[in-house]
Amino acid sequence: MDSKTLVIAEHDNNNIAADTLKTLHAASQIGGDIAVLVVGNNVTAIAESLSKVKGVKQVLRVDAEQFKHPTAEDVAPIIVELSEAFTHFLAPATTFGKNLMPRVAALLDVGQLSDVIQIESSDTVIRPIYAGNALARVKSDDSKLVMTIRGSAFDSASTNSQEHASVEALEPQASQQTLARFIDSQQTVSERPDFSSAKVVISGGRGLGSKENFALVERLADKLGGAVGASRAAVDAGFVSNDLQVGQTGKIVAPELYIAIGISGAIQHMAGMKDSKVIVAINSDPDAAIFEVADYGLVGDLFEIMPELIDKVP
Amino acid sequence: MKVLVAVKRVIDPYAKIRVNADGSGVETSNMKMSMNPFCEIAVEEAIRLKEAGLATEIVVISIGDSTAQETLRNALALGADRAIHVETESMLEPLAVAKVLKQVMSQELPQLVLVGKQSIDTDNNQVAQMLAALTDRPQGTFASKLVIEGESALITREVDGGLETLSLQLPAIISTDLRLNEPRYASLPNIMRAKKKPLHVVPIESLAVDIESRQQVLEVMAPKSRAAGQSVASVDELVDKLRNEAKVL
Repeated sequence: MDSKTLVIAEHDNNNIAADTLKTLHAASQIGGDIAVLVVGNNVTAIAESLSKVKGVKQVLRVDAEQFKHPTAEDVAPIIVELSEAFTHFLAPATTFGKNLMPRVAALLDVGQLSDVIQIESSDTVIRPIYAGNALARVKSDDSKLVMTIRGSAFDSASTNSQEHASVEALEPQASQQTLARFIDSQQTVSERPDFSSAKVVISGGRGLGSKENFALVERLADKLGGAVGASRAAVDAGFVSNDLQVGQTGKIVAPELYIAIGISGAIQHMAGMKDSKVIVAINSDPDAAIFEVADYGLVGDLFEIMPELIDKVP
Repeated sequence: MKVLVAVKRVIDPYAKIRVNADGSGVETSNMKMSMNPFCEIAVEEAIRLKEAGLATEIVVISIGDSTAQETLRNALALGADRAIHVETESMLEPLAVAKVLKQVMSQELPQLVLVGKQSIDTDNNQVAQMLAALTDRPQGTFASKLVIEGESALITREVDGGLETLSLQLPAIISTDLRLNEPRYASLPNIMRAKKKPLHVVPIESLAVDIESRQQVLEVMAPKSRAAGQSVASVDELVDKLRNEAKVL
């Protein structure tokens, strides 16, 4: 049987999330046709740009006021309704995809493959377990495969294909707001690049000591045009907001350069960054576990090193 | 309001795991085991709801072999009222876990089900969402704040760009994030008392649930290890290495 993949697009009604393009690239490795589903409000422009992504044959658009902030309760039935025509269902392993896809899988009575880092064939993938300390090669026996894709493990699909896919508007279904209703969101506003597009990530940990000192991390990030990350300890201590946490339960990043400042290197933190190309650790404790994964390690007082480093990087 | 909390026994989060040389899995014998950290947070939240006069009874459930009872006793020592041990030698996939929990929900009729957002061994992050789907109830995943208001639950979720608040109609399924609360420790008297609390063993066969696995783990591998790094003595040397050797600046 030929594969046919439906990718669920993540977006904020204005922009396509970077991980959607990575998921589309993963979808192309399964083989077979790819369709994209966009559920939102005023998403004509997004549907249009998705139609220009390489490999996309069809864009399905569900556009209605009630889907401005769609919940999993809203979106899952739409996917189930379309499910007959597809063999594979993919979404990014972001909080969006992680929230939605298991609900879809259960409604289809199939398992889910979470956080896939490699697609070996149409039914076999590799995914990390135990905070990335082991990799499992898993074959699904289900008739339909539901997966979430780890963005940091895939390139982005090209967005300027010569062939444009058809865009089809679908009738919106009734909203499930009687079950779950969106109230509001508090977004962290930042001028810095987000994790999925940043080539450089600078992360700070408990070693910085205070929220004020954390500014050293931000200054270095700004100088290098990088994103700011944090360890759980730094988030729990209130230095930065939780959406900047890098690790097993936070964001998984794999930039060209990852600089860990005042981070000891707990298993849970390393799970989120150890696939970075070059890792630098700066820490006052020469025995910190982070030095085991660092390509370059500098032991010393952060408060002497950081101003000098900020000064000397180009 | 009755609260059902699902807990899982996993390898301790601070233990260094070893992948078996034959690729069959991860070494679990002689490893320190403990309650999954996200499940501890779920238990703690239930206890706080009871302390606030909102929850009337806390039922904890775990699925697994007889060692799961240690995890349940631990939850009872923390403050749960009674425990259900669904006994099986098989390792259940999340869909099967959700089906078992659905069956138990239909008997217990809880207003709230609390589970951890993921277990730190399989890292699936699926059970809450699947259970909500199977029972056609709303889901509040990755919760960092939970407020019960009459017939609904107001939950703040940790999402990629920050936080999001949803209102869910009860009964609802909530999965807990790290920042929901800080779990307490069990005191010795409470550990002693927990031994007398009811723990009901249910053979999984009696629940008539399809627990057949859908996925075959063909191989478990150790990840590629990184080549040893080097230590540098100064900021100048670091900047020089990053520019001329690693070429990332």
